[in-house]
Amino acid sequence: MPMIEVHQLVKRFGLKVVLRGLEFSVEPGEFVALLGPNGAGKTTFLRILASLSRPTLGHVSIAGYALPHHAADVRRRLGVVSHLPLLYGDLTADENLRFYGRMYGIEGLSRRITEVLEMIGLAARRRDLVRTFSRGMQQRLAIGRAILHDPDVLLLDEPHTGLDQDACNMLDEVLRAVGARGRTVVMTSHDLARAADLAQRFDVLARGTIRASTRAENLPADGLLAFYRRSLEEAVP
Amino acid sequence: MTLTPFLKAMSAVIWKDLAAELRSRELLSAMLVFALLVIFTFNFALELNAQERSNVTAGVLWVTFTFAGTLGLNRSLAVEKDRGCLDGLLLAPVDRTAIYFGKTAANLIFMLVVAAIVLPVYSILYNTNLFLPGLLLVILLGSEGYMAVGTLLSAMSVQTRTRDILLPILLFPVILPALIAAVKASSGFLNAIPMEEIQPWLNLLLVYDVVFTAAAFMVFEFVVEE
Repeated sequence: MPMIEVHQLVKRFGLKVVLRGLEFSVEPGEFVALLGPNGAGKTTFLRILASLSRPTLGHVSIAGYALPHHAADVRRRLGVVSHLPLLYGDLTADENLRFYGRMYGIEGLSRRITEVLEMIGLAARRRDLVRTFSRGMQQRLAIGRAILHDPDVLLLDEPHTGLDQDACNMLDEVLRAVGARGRTVVMTSHDLARAADLAQRFDVLARGTIRASTRAENLPADGLLAFYRRSLEEAVP
Repeated sequence: MTLTPFLKAMSAVIWKDLAAELRSRELLSAMLVFALLVIFTFNFALELNAQERSNVTAGVLWVTFTFAGTLGLNRSLAVEKDRGCLDGLLLAPVDRTAIYFGKTAANLIFMLVVAAIVLPVYSILYNTNLFLPGLLLVILLGSEGYMAVGTLLSAMSVQTRTRDILLPILLFPVILPALIAAVKASSGFLNAIPMEEIQPWLNLLLVYDVVFTAAAFMVFEFVVEE
């Protein structure tokens, strides 16, 4: 059974149609990069998968639970990272994770917080206020927040935005570790090189639908850019 | 809805808001400074004798609480929205009304802290004893109704670009019945009017609190979802 299943998904904001009968499916343990130009509908699509936005039409299910009716069951299995950190600047790293841990009802929370902080390399800064962290450290903590409850599916909305090279590399290491644990990952990105480095499958979203999809093994070395451009050219009416 | 996860989530939101506010003191200090400025301004703008002071006390108090409360409400939800934390809250696998009640309770605590500081200052400035059990009850009921509606409406207005302007425009017409009842009941206690004349206003406040808290409970999920 696919971990994520989407059929004929339509999303309208007033008269504007953002997603037009989108079809999408991800197998358990797959790492999918969702590529596309600005305004293609990537963030809207991810927000629907995250149960933050309701579909206008169509079917969306994650781990067998249909949205929006089983949203709480879906949310329990989801971790979400966006380009905003979703963290409180006036709380410490430890307090931020403790707060989210309480919201998710995590057992053995103190031990789990220590584990996660060590994984993301912030154990030494656990008592520091998040507003004193660099952008890269905040994004690492955002990943820590997203994986705190050990979700089956990780949704990443342009997680590299605004990060310097070192911070991007550190983030990639954490994402590889998450992928290696068999978690399903869907990541939107404008950074084709990083997407090529991390993902097993590439889907191009343009004009509200998936225009093309290919697996990493089907692409020649450095072939992602050509595949992406060709997909976008075919999408132009 | 299971009660234990609901209460745990609600208490987590209250703890988070209080812990963040203890560090930053942004919200409370803004509310408090504004409230004190309002009562100082009224004190100097209205040159009143003892009888007139007693007549306007309830009105001045509630105008102060209302304006200071609006500042607090705007700030409370803006903190969630600006760093994407509202999404973080909505992603938690809990009943979303637990988030609403947590935010409302935290806002109510801030409002009551402001009232606890404003009342003695007002008592000294206007030479009026405000520490009457009846008046304190009215402040509690009025603040609850105000924050129940205000938290819901600020969750709506915070999604817009004009949130600072939109909140009072949405809030003041809706809060008017509670505000009138609170002023009348407060005035009744301050002027030692018989209880049977105050009771209808207290009843109105109670009904307002119950009805609007229940309405907010039912619609909060739809307000915060796209």
